[in-house]
Amino acid sequence: MPELRVIGEEMRPPAPPERRHLISIKDLAREDVERLLAIARTFESSLDREVKKLPALKGRLVVNLFYESSTRTSSSFELAAKRLSADTMSIKSAGSSMDKGESLKDTALTLGAYDPDVIVIRHPQIGAPHLVARATRAHVVNAGDGKHQHPTQALLDLYTIRAELGRIEGLHVAIVGDVMHSRVARSLTQALTLMGASVTLVGPPALLPRDVEVLGCDATTDIRAIADANIVYVLRMQRERMEAGANYVPSLREYAARWGITPERVRPGQKVMHPGPMNRGVEIDPRVADHRDALIESQVRAGLVTRMAVLYDLLTSGPVPVQVAAAVEVA
Amino acid sequence: MLFWKNGSRDSLTLEGRVIDPTEGIDACLKLTIENGVIARIEPGGDARYTIAPAFVDPHVHLRTPGREDEETLVSGTAAAAAGGYCAILAMPNTDPVVDSAATLGSLVEAARAEAEIPTGFLAAITKGEGGAELTEMAELADAGAAGFTDDGRPVVSAGLMRRALQYGGFAGRRIALHCEEPTLSKGGHMHEGAVSAELGFGGYPSVGESVMVERDLALARYEDQPLHLLHLSAAQSVAALRAALDAGVEATAEVTPHHLCLTDEAVRSLDANVKMNPPLRAREDRLALLDALKDGTIGAIATDHAPHARHEKEVPFEAAPFGVTGLETAFAALYTNLVQTGLLDLDTLLERMSAGPARVYRLERPRVATGAPANLVVLDLDMAWRVEEDGFRSRSVNSWLLGQTLKGKVRMTVAAGKVVHS
Repeated sequence: MPELRVIGEEMRPPAPPERRHLISIKDLAREDVERLLAIARTFESSLDREVKKLPALKGRLVVNLFYESSTRTSSSFELAAKRLSADTMSIKSAGSSMDKGESLKDTALTLGAYDPDVIVIRHPQIGAPHLVARATRAHVVNAGDGKHQHPTQALLDLYTIRAELGRIEGLHVAIVGDVMHSRVARSLTQALTLMGASVTLVGPPALLPRDVEVLGCDATTDIRAIADANIVYVLRMQRERMEAGANYVPSLREYAARWGITPERVRPGQKVMHPGPMNRGVEIDPRVADHRDALIESQVRAGLVTRMAVLYDLLTSGPVPVQVAAAVEVA
Repeated sequence: MLFWKNGSRDSLTLEGRVIDPTEGIDACLKLTIENGVIARIEPGGDARYTIAPAFVDPHVHLRTPGREDEETLVSGTAAAAAGGYCAILAMPNTDPVVDSAATLGSLVEAARAEAEIPTGFLAAITKGEGGAELTEMAELADAGAAGFTDDGRPVVSAGLMRRALQYGGFAGRRIALHCEEPTLSKGGHMHEGAVSAELGFGGYPSVGESVMVERDLALARYEDQPLHLLHLSAAQSVAALRAALDAGVEATAEVTPHHLCLTDEAVRSLDANVKMNPPLRAREDRLALLDALKDGTIGAIATDHAPHARHEKEVPFEAAPFGVTGLETAFAALYTNLVQTGLLDLDTLLERMSAGPARVYRLERPRVATGAPANLVVLDLDMAWRVEEDGFRSRSVNSWLLGQTLKGKVRMTVAAGKVVHS
């Protein structure tokens, strides 16, 4: 029997615990980020074992709903769920009723009928994860919504930075490129400032949003601003934005010359990151991308453990108990 | 220019605090209405209810013809009656567009059969609102057009805009403009500013509106023709209007309840019911609009009532169409958010919702006077009510006020001598 409390004149059962989602970095407190990074570290050690699967989320259902093409994000979410023994179902827009014109709400209701524990969604439009959260009873993880947020990318970047530099607080990170159209830039800037790092956004004038300083960072068109940064974070430049006539920048050539990250623009020991996929020779010189100061592969590896941590945290709401890390390995 | 169901005219007595700012009335009075006409005005009654000239909405989308699933003449005029309106003007961006005397004629005929309150129609400036060829404005005016507009779209070509002003003047009707420079608003889902920078939405900057306001006022001045500016949203547009009025341009303007009550901060909810065109703008824009409304630079409040089907709004913000409903909530929203907070006085609000908009299109002003047709609204200013989906007469529920509790309820509307809501 649920306990009944009198509220005003109405008798109501106590409210169920709040269903948690990971939709925006803005919803997180510093302690949430610390907890997620700590869980990810615990999972990291499990990756060294011969059998890598953990039973933590056995019997849980994780649905991956991808309305945009994605290699690393969708594969790492799927693998993260599988490594935790959850059942997974991956739905891509091509070949599903999504391309028969079914609305997002109807798709969410349909999937919701299977009672998934988590729905991971990537969608080209801002706010799609909020809509799925309202339409279903699942925990929702935002795997990228339009130009808004990509919180697990920001978390894996924080994880990488701490693993490679030993700290986040007090670091200076320069984020370079098409800030305007980048969910990565938005969520990472919020995540870094939350953790006590300082951020400078650098890019062509038409690709730096007006008033972007509200994110708690500096913004400049001058590439020399990267000189004193501990980390240069290079954003992907979409080729269509540099085509003749788009006029965000006059040409690809001009972009690469003014804002491309070349060996001449970085100094030894300055770390370079990129969320992928890279346009070598455009936003990043291949010599920089392949240099030992580039952390790009570490970022991919961090993606798996960070997403494991996110799924685990949402479904268990607490730190990893020791026995999970030392778990009975299941085949 | 207004058309409605010919029906009975009612006889009744109303008592309360009667406010007609234009007539200089603010007193407890007893109004005796005989056969739809205010026959006697005598002292009496108490201040339990407030009685004022009923409202006029110069900007309503009735969605008929074409989207009768969203609104019809019957549902739209019933919603207006419930909101305290005695007259509304419908916009021509329907399917088909009201750009010929034949289409307008069929609407006039339908309004005579179905409209609950007096309803007028604006016709398009250009055929199909295509921005290329002028409509036959003189014939449309003869067929009953109250004015001309391509609302929903700007008149992009300055040359065509000039011709429209010239010919509109000949046809004797006011040109009403949706001011938007499309190359600046392109890809914009909200106001460009701090909130759009944070959320990642493509921005429609305020200069995208004001640059067009400035152009159109310059053309109106050059052609010495009157002009009406629809749903202003930006401080710079207000400044341009003020300067043009000082220079003697015969310009009028309107503002919506949502632009007076909200700013772009509301978009953080990602609720498609705060997506409209022009978008909600910054705090300084809102305050400039409020100042302009107070000093009369902006003389009219218009709801820009824009019904949309539920399934078209229950999508991510960027996929949702622009527009919100407003007829049934306008007074209470403004009373609660502006009058009760001390930002605007009740007299000004009542004037800008009634006499102000009537003046724009030279409609007969609703008024409290012996011998005048009864166009009255009875308000309960103390009544709190919750805005809920099932409370609407409108066929659509895309209100930005859903779930909110408002103060001030329309208890009765008398339009053209008939009780249309009580």
